[in-house]
Amino acid sequence: MDPNVKRKIRLVVALSVAVLLAVALIYTSFSASSQAKEPSDLVHASPGQSYEMTGVVVPGSIHHHGSVLNFRVEDRDNSKVSIPVKYRGEIPDPFTDGREIVVTGSVVNGTFMADRDSLITKCPSKYTTQAQQDPQHVIITN
Amino acid sequence: MITLGFACLILAFALAIFAAVAALIGTRGDRRFVDSSRRAVYAFAALLTICVIIIEAAFARTDLSLQVVADHSSTTTPIFYRFTAMWSSQEGSLLLWAWVLSLTSSAVLFATRNKHRELAPWATAILMGLGTFFTGLMLFDANPFARLSPVPPEGVGLEPLLRHPAMAIHPPMLYTGYVFWAIPFAFAIAALITRRLDASWIRSTRRFALIAWLCLGVGILLGARWSYSELGWGGYWGWDPVENASLMPWLVGTAFLHSIMVQERRGMLRVWNVTLICMTFSLALLGTFLVRSGILESIHAFGESTVGGPLLVLIGVVIVGSTLLIVSRLPDLKSEKRIESLVSREAIFLVNNLLLVGLAAVIFWGTFFPLISELFTGSKASLAAPWFDRYTTPLAILLVLFTGIGPLFAWRRVSLGAARRLLAWPALAAVVVTGLLILLTDADSHPFALVMFALASFALAALVQEFAKGAAAYRSLKGGSYPRALAGLFARNRRRYGGYVVHAGIAILLIAVAASSSFQTSRDLRLRPGQSATVDHYTIKYAKPTAEISAPEQRLTFGAVLKVSKDGGPYATLYPSRNYYSGVGGGTPVTGGPGGGPIRSFFEGEATSEVGRKTTVSGDLWTSMIPDLGPLNPLINKSDRKLEQIGKGVSPKNMQAQQALGALQGLAVRNIEQQYLKDPPPATFRVNVNPLVTWIWVGGAIAVIGGLVAIWPAPEARRRRVSDVYAARLARELGRA
Amino acid sequence: MEIVLAVLIVAIVVWFVSVPLRRTSEQEAAATQRIEDSRVANLEAAKEAKYREIRDTELDREQGKLSQEDWTRQDAELRRDAVKILKELDEAKADAGRGVPAER
Repeated sequence: MDPNVKRKIRLVVALSVAVLLAVALIYTSFSASSQAKEPSDLVHASPGQSYEMTGVVVPGSIHHHGSVLNFRVEDRDNSKVSIPVKYRGEIPDPFTDGREIVVTGSVVNGTFMADRDSLITKCPSKYTTQAQQDPQHVIITN
Repeated sequence: MITLGFACLILAFALAIFAAVAALIGTRGDRRFVDSSRRAVYAFAALLTICVIIIEAAFARTDLSLQVVADHSSTTTPIFYRFTAMWSSQEGSLLLWAWVLSLTSSAVLFATRNKHRELAPWATAILMGLGTFFTGLMLFDANPFARLSPVPPEGVGLEPLLRHPAMAIHPPMLYTGYVFWAIPFAFAIAALITRRLDASWIRSTRRFALIAWLCLGVGILLGARWSYSELGWGGYWGWDPVENASLMPWLVGTAFLHSIMVQERRGMLRVWNVTLICMTFSLALLGTFLVRSGILESIHAFGESTVGGPLLVLIGVVIVGSTLLIVSRLPDLKSEKRIESLVSREAIFLVNNLLLVGLAAVIFWGTFFPLISELFTGSKASLAAPWFDRYTTPLAILLVLFTGIGPLFAWRRVSLGAARRLLAWPALAAVVVTGLLILLTDADSHPFALVMFALASFALAALVQEFAKGAAAYRSLKGGSYPRALAGLFARNRRRYGGYVVHAGIAILLIAVAASSSFQTSRDLRLRPGQSATVDHYTIKYAKPTAEISAPEQRLTFGAVLKVSKDGGPYATLYPSRNYYSGVGGGTPVTGGPGGGPIRSFFEGEATSEVGRKTTVSGDLWTSMIPDLGPLNPLINKSDRKLEQIGKGVSPKNMQAQQALGALQGLAVRNIEQQYLKDPPPATFRVNVNPLVTWIWVGGAIAVIGGLVAIWPAPEARRRRVSDVYAARLARELGRA
Repeated sequence: MEIVLAVLIVAIVVWFVSVPLRRTSEQEAAATQRIEDSRVANLEAAKEAKYREIRDTELDREQGKLSQEDWTRQDAELRRDAVKILKELDEAKADAGRGVPAER
């Protein structure tokens, strides 16, 4: 076969494979993804749907009951709405009051039932512009 | 000194502008401006060095009048971490970026000061354009020399998670990796502008590309290692957007390193090469941007900052500019040479390139999917680790296959007979290994992992064959012993054989990744002291609790001693623990609030895990613990109520009283520590059995060594001697021809 | 004190950066000469690279990757390229000696 024709065939085959793979990728990504929502969106959410919720841990709401972690999450910009969360699994080190978290799960009877090990806590913002100081932190002496 | 530093920064900014302008004037041929712009680059580097020294000195003496110091360090921060705290800040990391850029630009301009008369001025202009951008960003958006008034009494301190050597070196490694890509990028753009599209721009910048690739790789490995050994999560890779942001330029950069070899050897793939380097640098800038912008939900999201916008504009300019430039030079870039045969090194490199870029594309799609889906459906949806695993695994498997085939083939054309002979033994080795795995282990329960094992063994066998045959061939040409022949191979062609070592490291790394992810056992155990449970072949007994207070670190540690036995006999003792810190950065105000009290917020504040780990060649036993503080709640609440009573009516301005109050709080914590030891509550232990995970670090280290070998310059004398011999021979034969 | 240092630094920088702009014509010629020498250096580098290719190809044949006939063809082509470079190198050396400005 003429080498030029061979080359063209190779090119067409390669391109088609690439296009097919890209289409498969795009198609499956839309169905495999979880929608990102904030607590205010989820207060009246339909059960059975998987969501990825982002928000801020309501200060003072963290309680451990055995191996279950309970806390409340509020919107990043709106502290009036919050939703309770029940979570089992790894608790990331930076998890504490006021931290931004991401957790995946579904809503059952107004409570966000989180998937195991799905809690992600964001490292506290390193790039904020004000110094956060705690003048009355606990001092441990020897 | 701070004012001096700020003045130097302003001067540096002005110099960068001058250097860029002078270089542009110099492109018209006036060498005086070219040399002046080069000197300006040297001066730019010197000035930024002064800035860095001044800032680090401020950190060293904890000068709290400087905002960056107050925000990221404190008087109690250990000295080593005071130095590394500089780049945990936005301003400091921009300074680091600009400084590394200045140093590497000076290096390349010095090395090419008598060469590339046409290219160097344009490259200088581009590099100093970048320098102007980053110094400008500091001057107008994120000034490292900003002052605080009034001066606070104490700093915020360094994030506990970052108090680890790996985390200290990780950012500078990454930034060096990102910044060094600017050098080949600048020269590529210069080559496009001046239409000097032969391989000379590649030759001068290749070492910089290699260093960039190496540093970026080391940075990624360090991040993974830190995550695995320090975080209470026990994984080394989570497909987090910021992790992906560093991996993408590394993948495309790897493709670039391979395809420039094709251009040097055969003059082909010139369009592809310039495209690749522009892509790599754009991704490096994108990596720098993602970490700062907050546009994607990530563990590392550093919140929104004002720096994100301008960076995005820069990325846009770089992408659009390079695309237009490449398209306009397409006629000059096309080469007449074509790939002669699929059974050749060029063809394999092309396939490897497509796989690497394909991998980067998949990761890109997944990382930016929230924004893409928002564009099309109006709501942000994100893809989690399973999706990434599913689509990167097949590509990684194919990649490892070609890391084996590539070294076997020669340039231009390998006859089919020769190809069969070359592939035979490695293929046989792979089949044998696969058979053994199926017979002796349960490897076939995870087909993808099995395929990875098979193909990686193929690659390793192929590399062994390459070294063996290469040494044999060297011997037959030059004589000498096998070891000397092997050394001779490396000496002759460090790049090639160093590259083979890198391939070996990567193959080992991928085997370890496949084993430790597919065959991991993970369980949560809830144990009281004295209780034990079984995970895999291990029996784990919670022997006794431990508690410790560290006053210098302001830290309380609750831990456990776990005795592990395997198949009846003692195996290891593990010491997982959880650290609680007194109020460092963020969290509720300590004096009460809903459900809060100073002691409660101590335990529900920032905490870090100390991992208990037994590492062996065949795998790791890994554990972290979370003590159930529920039974301690009554004591915690009582302490808080008491403290509240005592503290009523004490003015916050009364320093002595405040100190006394603080000391009382410390006593309360001690009390709780004693209670924990006396009547320890149950704890939840996450136990992971990770097969072969150590080989990830071993494979990575081998790859790094291979990279260093490839970068190492060959000694001058030997080259000249050999070439004289050759010149004589050539001349003789020319006389004959 | 800081002001003095700052002024000093500015002065040094300005002096350092402006040296080339104040060059005499002799110094200019010397600078140009260095560029000519670099043309020789470039060709030397290209020659080294070509020699390495020739040696590597021979090693490939020795290892059995290339058939004798493929090797003969490739080796001849590489040697032709090498000869071309050697010729250019001779010219460049002669030019540098004569002080002819390099055309790049």
